[in-house]
Amino acid sequence: MTAALETFDLCKTFGALKVVDRVSLRLPQGARHALIGPNGAGKTTLVQLLSGVLRADSGRILLAGADITTSSQQRRVKQGLVRTFQVTNLFRGLSVLENVFLAVSERQGASRQMFAAAGRRRDLIERAEAIIEQLGLAGDRHRRISEIAYGQQRLVEIAVALSLDPKVLLLDEPAAGIPSRETSLLLDAVERLPPDIAILMIEHDMHVVRRFAREVSVLVGGRILMTGLPHEVMSSQEVHSVYLGQAGQKRFTAGVPHV
Amino acid sequence: MTARSELLERHSYNPIEALYWLLLIGTFFAFPNYLSIATTVVIMALFALSLDLVLGFAGIVTLGHAAYFGIGAYTAALLASGGWREPIIDAVLAGLASAGLALMIGPALLLLDGLPLIMVTMAVSAILFEAANKASWLTGGDDGLRDFSFLPVFGLFPWSVYGQTSYLYALGWLALLFVLVRRVVSSPFGVALQGIRENRARMRLIGSPVIGHLVRAYTLSAFMAGIAGAVHAQTNKFVSLEVLGIDTSVDVVVMLVLGGIGRLYGALIGAPIYILVKHFAAEWNPYHWMFIIGALLIVAVRFGYGGLLGILGRIEAWFARARGTRKP
Ligand SMILES: Nc1ncnc2c1ncn2[C@@H]1O[C@H](COP(=O)(O)OP(=O)(O)O)[C@@H](O)[C@H]1O
Ligand SMILES: [Mg+2]
Repeated sequence: MTAALETFDLCKTFGALKVVDRVSLRLPQGARHALIGPNGAGKTTLVQLLSGVLRADSGRILLAGADITTSSQQRRVKQGLVRTFQVTNLFRGLSVLENVFLAVSERQGASRQMFAAAGRRRDLIERAEAIIEQLGLAGDRHRRISEIAYGQQRLVEIAVALSLDPKVLLLDEPAAGIPSRETSLLLDAVERLPPDIAILMIEHDMHVVRRFAREVSVLVGGRILMTGLPHEVMSSQEVHSVYLGQAGQKRFTAGVPHV
Repeated sequence: MTARSELLERHSYNPIEALYWLLLIGTFFAFPNYLSIATTVVIMALFALSLDLVLGFAGIVTLGHAAYFGIGAYTAALLASGGWREPIIDAVLAGLASAGLALMIGPALLLLDGLPLIMVTMAVSAILFEAANKASWLTGGDDGLRDFSFLPVFGLFPWSVYGQTSYLYALGWLALLFVLVRRVVSSPFGVALQGIRENRARMRLIGSPVIGHLVRAYTLSAFMAGIAGAVHAQTNKFVSLEVLGIDTSVDVVVMLVLGGIGRLYGALIGAPIYILVKHFAAEWNPYHWMFIIGALLIVAVRFGYGGLLGILGRIEAWFARARGTRKP
């Protein structure tokens, strides 16, 4: 079966620095894939390449078998490749509802409508409100992004992504900056996603990885060090050693008490 | 924190708006001797409204909008000189001419943002100004165009000496295009423009055709500016290079900032304030009227983020709070 998302030998250099180095990944339909790796490993850059914000120097990206290596960002989104940001990137002056409405409206192809009142598109508003509800944000839907807590902003980031009906969802450290008691709310939301969506989650917290992932890849210095089942990867000596001396060490071992 | 979404409620009219339009209609009866300046106010309000669509709602910062006002004015005048003297179709054709230029240069122009965009919009209007100056066989150069006239509006209302027809004709265009812009900024498209203004890069990553949206808004705005220019030519029966000048571009920005950017009525209120202050302050002291406008601008920007409408909104909110706290 064709993979939902597949990359072949993806490369990206900044100056002399090879940040993404021959990365080949395969996400089948319904994948729950975690990408871990120390800071500066190139994880975010990989997401930038996949979402089209940056162009790869070489290599190919296939979305459901179709080559999207040179497609525009908009085109990738329209074809179901959706990402979130490690650092919240939203419409800060607009309310939660308005943020989600923007995405729903774009997804439903309503944004070209110039003469019908947006406020009378009950269908769009109700869809936006349902997604907001699902993430436990209903009470704050009329508050501006700049007025709500950072943890809630992370949830809005997810809500916006969900509004776009993703087939492949790239989550760049979705739990970064969320108080740990709220992390489970976010994971609940992720777990409720339709099972056929392929998800690639970048995550440092091993508790989260263990709960979420069915497959884990480790990125170090721009290269995939290994890909395997969660327990295989977490018990690998090699993987442990790359976290040595890193701030990630504590978090890493904390997540695998039995090792 | 507001209880509801302002952005999704833009389509609903507030009864207080009627007051504004009643004032404009009242002007017709109350100040029959001032209809000429009142007509200028209405035309500039329409021009400022067109600017608000791009500057206020889409975040396109331009200092060259006179290009579209000027093309509209010259097109209207040239069509009339050439024999097409029916005013309404003439104005629509003038608007289409302006929209045509916007549609042509928009896709490249709107890739720019910020200062480069300001510079290029200025350059485009400066080039047009020079071109119009050089092409004096067509535009009359420094002397302008004056040997044209129009048929009665709807074939019924001749262009009277005291400007009654001119005023109502201009007011009709303003009202019509106001309703149109109101619809556009209230639509899902208008919401998308707001998103682009807030965070253009993020809009791409929700799949929004950002440049396409901007070009559409820019073209519609140019169409409106072109109609404003055409009405200017029709009611003055005279067009000079001034309509393409940088002063015209700057004036309209100042009007909009004075009244309040991104709120429709900012354009409609900024234009009369600017023009009336200019008119009466210049009578009082022809050299220093700029100081008064400058002082007003500082007040509007410093104390009323959002112009004079912003200040009014703040005062209203203050009263509402004061009332609220007095309640048991
Ligand atoms: N735009 C850029 N220009 C130059 N270097 C960059 C740029 N973006 C990221 N880098 C560098 O690339 C490396 C990988 O960064 P990143 O992909 O953000 O890592 P990660 O997300 O795994 O922490 C880092 O060394 C970073 O400094
Ligand atoms: Mg990162």
